Amino acid sequence: MADRAGSIDSLLASKEIAIACGSGGVGKTTTAAAAAAMAAVHHGGKVLVVTVDPAKRLANALGLSGFGNSEKRVPASAFAAAGVQPRGELWAAMLDTKQSWDALVRRHAPDADTRDRILENPLYQNISGKFVQSHDYIAMERLYEIHSEGRFDLIVVDTPPTRNAVDFIEAPARMAEFFSSRLLRLLIVPYRSRVVNMASRPFYQVADRILGSQFLADIAEFFILFQTMYSGFVTRARAVERLLRDNRTTFMVISTLEAAPVREAEFFIDVLSSKKLHLGALVLNRVLPPYLLDDAAHLRAGRLVAEADVLAGELAAVIGADPSQVARVLTEMGDNFQNFSVVAQREAAQRSDLAKMPDVVAAVPEFDDDIHDLAGLMRLGEAIWG
Amino acid sequence: MAVDLLDRKLLFVTGKGGVGKTTVAAALASLAADRGKKTLVCEVDAKGNLADFYETGPTRFEEREISPRLWAMSMDTEASLRQYLALQLKLPLVARVGPLAKMFDFVASAAPGVKEIVTVGKLCWEVRERHYDIVIVDAAASGHIVSQLAAPQAINELVQVGLVRQQTGWMLDILGDPLQTGLVIVAIPAEMPVSETLELRDRVAAETNVDLAAVVVNRVLPELFSRGEEDIFDQLEERPAAEFLDRALGGPARPLLDAARLTVTMRRSRTEHLERLRGAVDGKVPMLYVPYLFFRSHGLRATRQVAEALSAELGY
Repeated sequence: MADRAGSIDSLLASKEIAIACGSGGVGKTTTAAAAAAMAAVHHGGKVLVVTVDPAKRLANALGLSGFGNSEKRVPASAFAAAGVQPRGELWAAMLDTKQSWDALVRRHAPDADTRDRILENPLYQNISGKFVQSHDYIAMERLYEIHSEGRFDLIVVDTPPTRNAVDFIEAPARMAEFFSSRLLRLLIVPYRSRVVNMASRPFYQVADRILGSQFLADIAEFFILFQTMYSGFVTRARAVERLLRDNRTTFMVISTLEAAPVREAEFFIDVLSSKKLHLGALVLNRVLPPYLLDDAAHLRAGRLVAEADVLAGELAAVIGADPSQVARVLTEMGDNFQNFSVVAQREAAQRSDLAKMPDVVAAVPEFDDDIHDLAGLMRLGEAIWG
Repeated sequence: MAVDLLDRKLLFVTGKGGVGKTTVAAALASLAADRGKKTLVCEVDAKGNLADFYETGPTRFEEREISPRLWAMSMDTEASLRQYLALQLKLPLVARVGPLAKMFDFVASAAPGVKEIVTVGKLCWEVRERHYDIVIVDAAASGHIVSQLAAPQAINELVQVGLVRQQTGWMLDILGDPLQTGLVIVAIPAEMPVSETLELRDRVAAETNVDLAAVVVNRVLPELFSRGEEDIFDQLEERPAAEFLDRALGGPARPLLDAARLTVTMRRSRTEHLERLRGAVDGKVPMLYVPYLFFRSHGLRATRQVAEALSAELGY
């Protein structure tokens, strides 16, 4: 259709990292996987898609049925079944938060004893397993890790569902800030030395009353242990942050044209620009077909409903069916068109509301089925590629 | 169905992102208020969306009556903690000093469950004090709801002593009583939302003591044609009939035929997922169906329409 410049094709040809973001339920995972598959097919090289929580059937199709953190190559047979011959290789990995945290601790712990004490600490287990924000950070940390190994030409990342789409962008900075916070040191002090100065005593009294001193001691122990990894950790978080700003990194905002996701996409686009991060593309999923916006067709739909009985009488003779049934089919057809054309008009208005559009905007039609194999991914991929 | 849905005192409404969780929570609250109950609706994920569903000004932590008998608030964990300290611990002075907020921030980040329990605690407290006939919560999305509902239990295990620990017992009593508390999962007939609904049902049963009160299936497409009618429609797509229509309508009928075909195939693929959900849930948990809204997808009008659909489904 359009020339290749200003397409997802050329965007992915020039970047090493593409981060797919947007609100939940807009097709982030499939879009990320489809973009990666297209890059592997058309650009070649080694392309990795890192996904957070793929639908089971899609995970199976990508060979991700087993659990675990390691990257696996999508078998050539899957491409063959989809009737394509890729120039390069497609790899896929699932993000396992717990495993990634453990790996991080193993890397930064000063010695085996500290490492084991951290891994066994109940608070750590809670944080690494359930802590919502830890997903955000670990996704970015894992991205950094893979990128720094230099094993892939392109990495496409599907971001975890966040309460707020910017959370994961800010996660590295927040993590660094957290470990260097004054408050953290304040809380740890009494467990290091028994001398507590008079000024901070009321603070501990309140903390003790609310949480109990044992719990506070648990927290303190955990953070004392964690502090041994402090410098490694902060250096790392800063490096992760730099990578997000690197000009080889781009962000793809994914949305549908429903009101809430559009608002979130708008917000996200604003944040990217205020943080000077690269907004590469906007992908609009499940867009209704443009013929629903055809005014003449809309008039014909109205006519179909108004004149259903008359038309049905003649049509029934043509196809040999019961006129009253034919009339009902015609009425339903007309009504249906008018119904969906209202939705399509609303979507068109939402689209023009997205004022600050990036250069690349891809609209993907509403597919009649979920995508659960490589052929489906390629179909979606073709729709966003040009 | 032992208890009527709206006769419970505390309903948590959850679902995968994008399925219309807030719409359903807002509609259930409208319906409860219409039926004469003093109702509190609380938005937990502070996205500030709830207000849009009633087209009233922004909601805050302080409850506000936005229409007769319907009160709305947004959760603010820090404000909630402050209120709790002032009320329960009689620490009015301390509750106002600066370090508390910082300490809370710190502890809440360090110890998962603290933010959640302050949230759940406030809601349970409104129930215990009988300030409202029913409290309806636009709760965390399905990925996070379990840690929210399981927070009192988790805190019980983590915190051995202290005032927070003392508070968890009565919360667990309220949450675990199916006469009082229920979870409503919202889904749409699509693969991931259905899978997540079934996974969530299992996790809620295994990790919390909260009763699954209902599954709401949102955005159900109408069935366009009966079987016989679909045969006729198939023939309309063939040449003699299609050409007749082109002539009779004075232009191509193709867009009308395509649009109908799109609806038929979308409805068919969605029916598969709906059947999977029904097979796993129906008969054990009430299922409530809300049709796809063509005309208005959000705002007060959409809330009213969803409330009407739910009302009919609940047999009111």
